[in-house]
Amino acid sequence: MKSHIANLFSPAAIRALAVPGAILLCVVAGAKWNWIAQFPDDWTLPVAAGINVILNSIIPNILPLTSTVSHALGTMLGSLVATLQFLPWPAVVLAVMLIGFKAGGLRLLALCLCALSYIVLAGFWRQSMATLSLVILAVPISVLGGFLLGLGAFLLPWVRRPIELLFDFMQTFPAFAYLIPLLLLFGFGPIAGLVATAIYAIPPMARCMLSGLTQVPRELVEVGDMTGCTPLQRLLWVELPSAKPMMMIGINQTTMAALSMVITASIIGGFDDIGWAVLSGLRQADLGKSLLSGLVIVLISIITDRITAGIFAGRRAQNGWHMRWGTAPVLLAAAAILGMGALSRWAAPDLVQGLNETRGVIDLSVVNSAVLGFVGRYGHILDALKSGILYYLVLPLRLGLSGAVLPTTWGFAMTPPVTAFYAAVALLLAIRQWAKGNPGGAAGTLSLAILLFIGLVGFPWPAAILLVMWCALRVSGPKFAFFAGASLGFALLSGLWIPFVKSLYLVGVSVALCALVGGLLGMLAAHNSWLSAGLRPINDALQTMPQFVFLIPALMFFKVGEFAGLIAISLYAIVPAIRYTEAGLRAVPATILETARQLGCTPAQSNLLVQVPLARPALLLGLNQTVMAAITMLPIAATVGTAELGQQIYISLGKADAGLGITAGIVFCLTAINLDRMLRAAAERCATPDQDK
Amino acid sequence: MSSAPSLASPRQVKLACRDLWKLYGARPRDAMAAAMPLVEDKDRLRSELAGSGHVAAVAGASLEVHEAEIFVLMGLSGSGKSTLLRCLTRLIEPTSGKVLLDGEDLLAASRHRMVELRRHAMGMVFQNFGLLPHLTVLDNVAFPLRVQGIEASKRYARAREMIELVGLRGLEGHFPSQLSGGQQQRVGIARSLAVGPQIWFLDEPFSALDPLIRRQMQDEFIRLQKMLRKTIVFVTHDVQEAFRLADRIAIMRHGSIVQMGTPAEIALAPANAYIAEFLRDIPTLRVIKAADVMRPLAADTSPAHVVSGSAVLEEIVPLVLNGTPLVGVQDEAGAIVGQVTAAEIAELARQGRD
Ligand SMILES: Nc1ncnc2c1ncn2[C@@H]1O[C@H](COP(=O)(O)OP(=O)(O)OP(=O)(O)O)[C@@H](O)[C@H]1O
Ligand SMILES: [Mg+2]
Repeated sequence: MKSHIANLFSPAAIRALAVPGAILLCVVAGAKWNWIAQFPDDWTLPVAAGINVILNSIIPNILPLTSTVSHALGTMLGSLVATLQFLPWPAVVLAVMLIGFKAGGLRLLALCLCALSYIVLAGFWRQSMATLSLVILAVPISVLGGFLLGLGAFLLPWVRRPIELLFDFMQTFPAFAYLIPLLLLFGFGPIAGLVATAIYAIPPMARCMLSGLTQVPRELVEVGDMTGCTPLQRLLWVELPSAKPMMMIGINQTTMAALSMVITASIIGGFDDIGWAVLSGLRQADLGKSLLSGLVIVLISIITDRITAGIFAGRRAQNGWHMRWGTAPVLLAAAAILGMGALSRWAAPDLVQGLNETRGVIDLSVVNSAVLGFVGRYGHILDALKSGILYYLVLPLRLGLSGAVLPTTWGFAMTPPVTAFYAAVALLLAIRQWAKGNPGGAAGTLSLAILLFIGLVGFPWPAAILLVMWCALRVSGPKFAFFAGASLGFALLSGLWIPFVKSLYLVGVSVALCALVGGLLGMLAAHNSWLSAGLRPINDALQTMPQFVFLIPALMFFKVGEFAGLIAISLYAIVPAIRYTEAGLRAVPATILETARQLGCTPAQSNLLVQVPLARPALLLGLNQTVMAAITMLPIAATVGTAELGQQIYISLGKADAGLGITAGIVFCLTAINLDRMLRAAAERCATPDQDK
Repeated sequence: MSSAPSLASPRQVKLACRDLWKLYGARPRDAMAAAMPLVEDKDRLRSELAGSGHVAAVAGASLEVHEAEIFVLMGLSGSGKSTLLRCLTRLIEPTSGKVLLDGEDLLAASRHRMVELRRHAMGMVFQNFGLLPHLTVLDNVAFPLRVQGIEASKRYARAREMIELVGLRGLEGHFPSQLSGGQQQRVGIARSLAVGPQIWFLDEPFSALDPLIRRQMQDEFIRLQKMLRKTIVFVTHDVQEAFRLADRIAIMRHGSIVQMGTPAEIALAPANAYIAEFLRDIPTLRVIKAADVMRPLAADTSPAHVVSGSAVLEEIVPLVLNGTPLVGVQDEAGAIVGQVTAAEIAELARQGRD
């Protein structure tokens, strides 16, 4: 008992409590010295300008090369688009159906038929072919690049770490930010978008390649060695063939990544493709059009996914006579159909010409009026939802309780007695944790209480750095704490602190929404197989959808602005919340649940006291995925008017200010990488609680 | 080849290793140097190495494998059998020691020479079969020949021969995933024999199989060896398998060889309690041969029954039970060279039981 009490006042415990103390000090001092509350402008460094100077000295030197590449790609793209648009659509539909049948039997054939008919009927055939051309050109580049990078990383272990870091960067670096230098290099138009797409889609291939090669069973490598293979023979005959299934998965994922990026990149414009149709629909508030074209993208993504996955699964998924057809003959037959289609175009030019220019027969202007009607009719509900989230979630995070709690909304003000009560509750909670021998938790509670009171925007920057570094130190170690501190320092010095903080709270709010709604859905689905089966295809569809599409429903019901962005982000990020919650809860062994029931737990008790704690690592990983998804959605959401880093990037795209874009992109990337590492480390600590002390 | 292999002397050493060590850990060579003074006390040596984060997977193993014998490495899981085997083929680079193949120091051999040796002199069978999933049975068996650059028609002819040998005719076009475990291992065996190796390494070849199939495969293995007379290093953790197949056995524990000898030598005189414990599962009378335990023929006796020196005691038991007090043992030439008494057999049978 004595040692227990001594523990309470051990140096470590005192040190932990120094953190909220220092934060409080910063807050108080900030009131007196403004430089603590707000990072002074003249302390910032001209990072963006510096990057521009560097770029300006590099770009002219490689411009001849890139313009040649650009020209070549442009020619290829032009002829590919012309060819695809030249082919009569019935031939293309037939060919795709044939391939779909080979890949997934009658079901996939029916899916292809429905999807393609929809595209024709909705009148987006031309645009679809343009988008498809972009993907067809980008994917081989990405696959080749990913193949080489993955192979290189496998053969040269010392470059593996740096290359993996590069992949992290490539996947989190917002595409808008590197679109700008690409625009400068490849000129305005679809080629810059094509290159951006190709770059973005490299990492999935490279990752699969590397993991496929490193996972070749040791025995097989030994077989190679024992039969006297030279290193090259071993690579070609043992390792690469063994890694083939993973490579196929890589190609599938790269294709999906390219599809979603090609839509994002269409923001550059200058190309009459599906992405542009979605975007212009959004811009003209023609929701019918953007909905129609958005659906086209979704359908193309789903078909592409199923077909590539089905074909690559190959022999192993042998269940049906369609599988017995060879892939090559099927492709040949498809090509023959296309060839016949082309011939028919010469035979009866007018007819086919007419066919391909069919205007859409689905008219969704009714949707516009329906939505408008709905919004008009139920506007008060939507408004209530909006203001509820705004007043009770967004504003408190942004301005803190001190700024957001007003008599008009909360029914009371933060008068000194209320504040004192708030402080007392926080203190009591902290003392309880401290008494339980958890001074770190107590310090965390206090810091959180101060943060909630002040709000993210007004939180003094030294306190923010201190808090983040302390968290990083606790979950991981000094190396990570230093990295996190340096990242924050970069945000401060580059003058992007405020957008950075706004990004954080936008992510925070949407993650909170996702955790609430998604967590609830996941929990229900874990206990109800019907709901689970119903949610699965929805989740699948949500995950294959390009990010832009999520803006559509958000804009349908809410006006352009931060709130629509918030809804779009949440829609996009909710899938991992649902999936991980359900999977985590379902993974709790049945025997443990039986034990709990035996001990007399009510279902609710067994849920809260047994399942949720046991599923904690999975839940934290789900949180991590949700946060990552929310972050990658930020720049897209910026196009409907949020005010944060994404907006900075979007603005820089408009001004072609590469420096600003890249700086914001770096801050963005650092945010993502730090959050990712922090949550992962927390999940790991959760999974191995013994290391806690 | 430095010295032409000759079958004339059955005890010619084909493969040997001397004081072989393999340490796993961050700095194996330094740890090795530091631990050498303790080499006499194995337990302290191990705890010392563990202290610096090292494991001695093989700790000072020396052995000699004779021409055309089946040499079995036996030990519990983790005793270092696979590691020792792979050190002998240099799939794993030993930390120190010597490996001699026909007197040639393998650890000093160039990379090129090793490739040469593996292509022509060594064959290996793996526990999990190690079949390449993207190749058919025929292509799997022909793989080592393809590596050597042998033209297609020749290598397929040879591969068909091997497939025939292991009794898989008709399955040439199948993929490994379409075969049963026993069939897969037959493919593995055929492949390892395709190049006509002088030394045949088998790492727990039958451990992944069901008991019944395992027995069949052991019989098959004995049949093949009668035909081929390879020099064999066979790894197993199964005592019965070891005693059934071995000409000589080395029992491993914690990376060292604790006893080495013929099955009868080990069964008659286990070196320590650990090995004696193993032997409880062994039908002693089936392992010991008459020549192993016979004594010189007493002067004035003429045994009523005579058996060959290679007969196992189990065969003599019925005679003894019929009341024959003593059985004569004759050598290959037919001369009676010794005797075994009923009392001795009874004594051995009792030892085997407890
Ligand atoms: N790559 C490695 N790194 C570290 N330790 C290893 C490595 N490979 C083997 N060991 C250790 O060396 C010891 C011997 O392993 P080995 O695989 O040779 O045992 P084994 O007798 O073949 O066992 P089994 O019957 O399970 O195959 C084990 O304690 C193992 O943990
Ligand atoms: Mg082993």
